[in-house]
Amino acid sequence: MYSPDKNGSDSQRLLRYVDALREGVANEMERDPRVFVFGLDVDDHKAIQGSTRGLQQQFGRDRVFNTPLSEDAMTGIAIGAAIAGLRPIHVHIRMDFLMLCMNQLVNMASKAHYMYGGTVRVPMVVRSMIGKSWGQGAQHSQGLHALFMHIPGLKVVAPSNAHDAKGCMIAAIRDDNPVIFVEHRLLYPTEAFVPEEPFTVEPGHARVCTQGRDITVVGVSNMLVECLRAHELLAEVGIQAEVIDPIWLAPLDIDTILQSVRKTGRLLVVDNAWTNCGASAEIISRVAEQTWQQPVQMARMGFAPTTCPPSPVLEQEFYPNPAKIAARVHQIVQPEVSWEPDKERAALAYQLQFRGPF
Amino acid sequence: MSIAIPQVDYRLLYRKLRLIRRAEEEIARIYPSDKIKSPVHLSIGQEAVSVGVCDPLRPDDVVSGTYRSHASYMAKGGNLRALFAELYGKDTGCARGKGGSMHLVDMNHYILGTSAVVGTTIPIAIGYAVALKREGNGRVVVAFFGDGATEEGVFYESLNFAALHRLPVLFVCENNFLAIHTPIEKRWATRQLCERVRTYGIPAHQVTDSDVLKIRQLAAEAIAGMRTGQSGPAFIECYTYRWREHVGTREDYDDGYRSRDELLRWQANDQVALIGGRLDPGERSSIEAAVEREIAQAIEFAENSPFPDPKELSTNVFAG
Repeated sequence: MYSPDKNGSDSQRLLRYVDALREGVANEMERDPRVFVFGLDVDDHKAIQGSTRGLQQQFGRDRVFNTPLSEDAMTGIAIGAAIAGLRPIHVHIRMDFLMLCMNQLVNMASKAHYMYGGTVRVPMVVRSMIGKSWGQGAQHSQGLHALFMHIPGLKVVAPSNAHDAKGCMIAAIRDDNPVIFVEHRLLYPTEAFVPEEPFTVEPGHARVCTQGRDITVVGVSNMLVECLRAHELLAEVGIQAEVIDPIWLAPLDIDTILQSVRKTGRLLVVDNAWTNCGASAEIISRVAEQTWQQPVQMARMGFAPTTCPPSPVLEQEFYPNPAKIAARVHQIVQPEVSWEPDKERAALAYQLQFRGPF
Repeated sequence: MSIAIPQVDYRLLYRKLRLIRRAEEEIARIYPSDKIKSPVHLSIGQEAVSVGVCDPLRPDDVVSGTYRSHASYMAKGGNLRALFAELYGKDTGCARGKGGSMHLVDMNHYILGTSAVVGTTIPIAIGYAVALKREGNGRVVVAFFGDGATEEGVFYESLNFAALHRLPVLFVCENNFLAIHTPIEKRWATRQLCERVRTYGIPAHQVTDSDVLKIRQLAAEAIAGMRTGQSGPAFIECYTYRWREHVGTREDYDDGYRSRDELLRWQANDQVALIGGRLDPGERSSIEAAVEREIAQAIEFAENSPFPDPKELSTNVFAG
C-alpha cells in the first residue's frame, strides 16, 4: 500500500480510492450549493462503481441526476451551466466516451475564457475512468490524457492514490477552469490514509514518492503504482530509484522532475498510455530542453503501440508491469550487468488482487 | 390560456432593424480597407429573425448565437462600440481582441459567446437554462442557430434534454437554405423540420415569409409561457435569406449557385423597409439619423482604440 499522507498529517483513517472520490465530491457539495453531479448512471444501483453512491439521497435529484446518452450535448450543458455560475461535475464511466465530447471540450470549454476576453469562466470537472484487464479491450482501456494536455485552457489530473483522489477532486471542483479528471479502475479498491476534513492537492505540484540517487522514475496514474512495485524489486539489488508522481499533468510540475534528474542523471517515464506524442514524450522533451548542459540518459515506457487486446496473454504483453519496469531501469543504471527480477518475486509485486467483472 | 403580449412599438422595431442593416453595410464598406481584422459573416437580409425574437425579451434574458451573429448581438442590445472594436482587433472589443466576429460576447447584456463550429452553442444555451430553471426568476434563453445546425447530432441531443427537463429555452432556427453554398435540397431528406422537433413534445412553429411581427408574436407567446413555468421549450423555424456571400461582403449571385431572382423576391419583402414604411416620415428620418450617429461613433471608437498589449497573448488562458 502506498499512502502519501502516512507520515504527513495525523490522519489514521484508511479509505479506498473510490470512497475518497465520493467523499471529496460530497464535501464540496455540502460547502457549495453551486456544485452538481450528472452523467449516465450516476444515480443507479451501481453508482459508477460506488463513486457516486448516496449522493442523490444526500443532495437531491436537482443536484445529482442521470442523463441521456448524449455526451456531446451533455458536455455543452456542463459548459453552459458553468458559464451561468454553477459548478458541474460530469461523470463518464469510461474515458473512451470522452471522444464524443471533444468538440465541446476542445473548441469551447478550453477556449471560452480566452476567446470571450475573460468575460466568462468555465469551472467544470469531467470525471473519466480508464479500465484495465479482464478483457476491457480496445475501447474501455485507453489512457487519452495526452490529447487534453495538448490543449491550452484545459487542466488534466490523474491521481494515483486515495489521498490524492480526494485532494485533487476538491481542488478540481474549486478550480475556475475545466479539469479533465483521469481515474483508473484498478485504483478504485486501493487504500491510503485520507484526512476526513476537506483538503486540496493543488494543480502544478508533483510529489517525490521515494528518494533515490540512481534514477528518476516518473509514473502516471496507475503506472505510478507499478513503478513503486518496481522500486521494491530494484531496492533488493541495490538500485535506488527516485519515483515521482506528477499528479497533475497540466499544469505539469516539471521543476520537481528536473531537480531529481539533475541529481540522478537518468530518467525513465512510464505512462499509462501510448508513448507516441504522449505525456512521456512531453516530460522527456521538457527535461531535454532544460538539461542540455548535462548528459542525461532518458527512456520511456507505455502501452504497446497497438490496440489493447482482451485476451489475457496478449494483454499482458500490452502493458508495462513492475518486472518490465525494473528490468528496464536496471538496464539503464547498470547496462553492463544482465538482470531480470525473479519471476516469483515479480509476481508477488504484481497486482494479483483484482478480479473482474467490472 | 391567454397571455398578455406587450404592444408592438414600431419605432423600437425599426430602430433595431435599421441599426443592424446599416451597421452591416458599414462593415462591408470598411472591409476592403483591411482595418477589420476578422472574417465577417454578415446578417444583411436576416435581421427580422433576431429583432422579432429579441423584442419581447427582458434585459436579463439570455441569447446564444452562431458565427453569423452580428444581428442577434445588436438585437439583444449588445454594446455596439465593443462590437466594432472587436472587429478591428482592439483592446476595447467585446472579447478584447481575442474573439473576433465569430466569437462575439457581451455578458453584461446576457449575450453568450458565439462559435464558429456549427451547432456547438445550442447545448451551451441549454446548460444556461438549467441554471435559470433552478434560479426560478422567470428568465429564459433563446438559442439561435441555422438550418445547417439541425443536421448535427447535438441539435437532437439538445432538444431531447430540454424537453425532458422542461427547460425555459426558445429554439430559433434561421433557415436561409444554405450551408455555406450547399442548398438544403442536397442536405435534407425531407423539409419537415417542425415535425421532427414536435416528436420530442416541443411545440414548433414555422414562419415562411420572415414577417417580423409574426416572429415577434410567436416568440412572445412561447416566452410568456416559459416565464410562468406553464410551458417548457418551444421551437420556431424562420425562413430567411442571406443577401451577401457566406463570409465576406460581396453579393455572389454570379458565382452560379443561386440566382439574383431569388434575392429580388426576398428584397420585395424586406422587413427593414416594410417596418420603416409604417412610421411617420419625420419619425423615421430621426431614427435613421440617430442610428447613423451611433454607428459613426462606434466606428470612431474602434479606430481610435488601442490594440491589446502584446503581453495579452498569454493572459486569460486560465481563469483565476
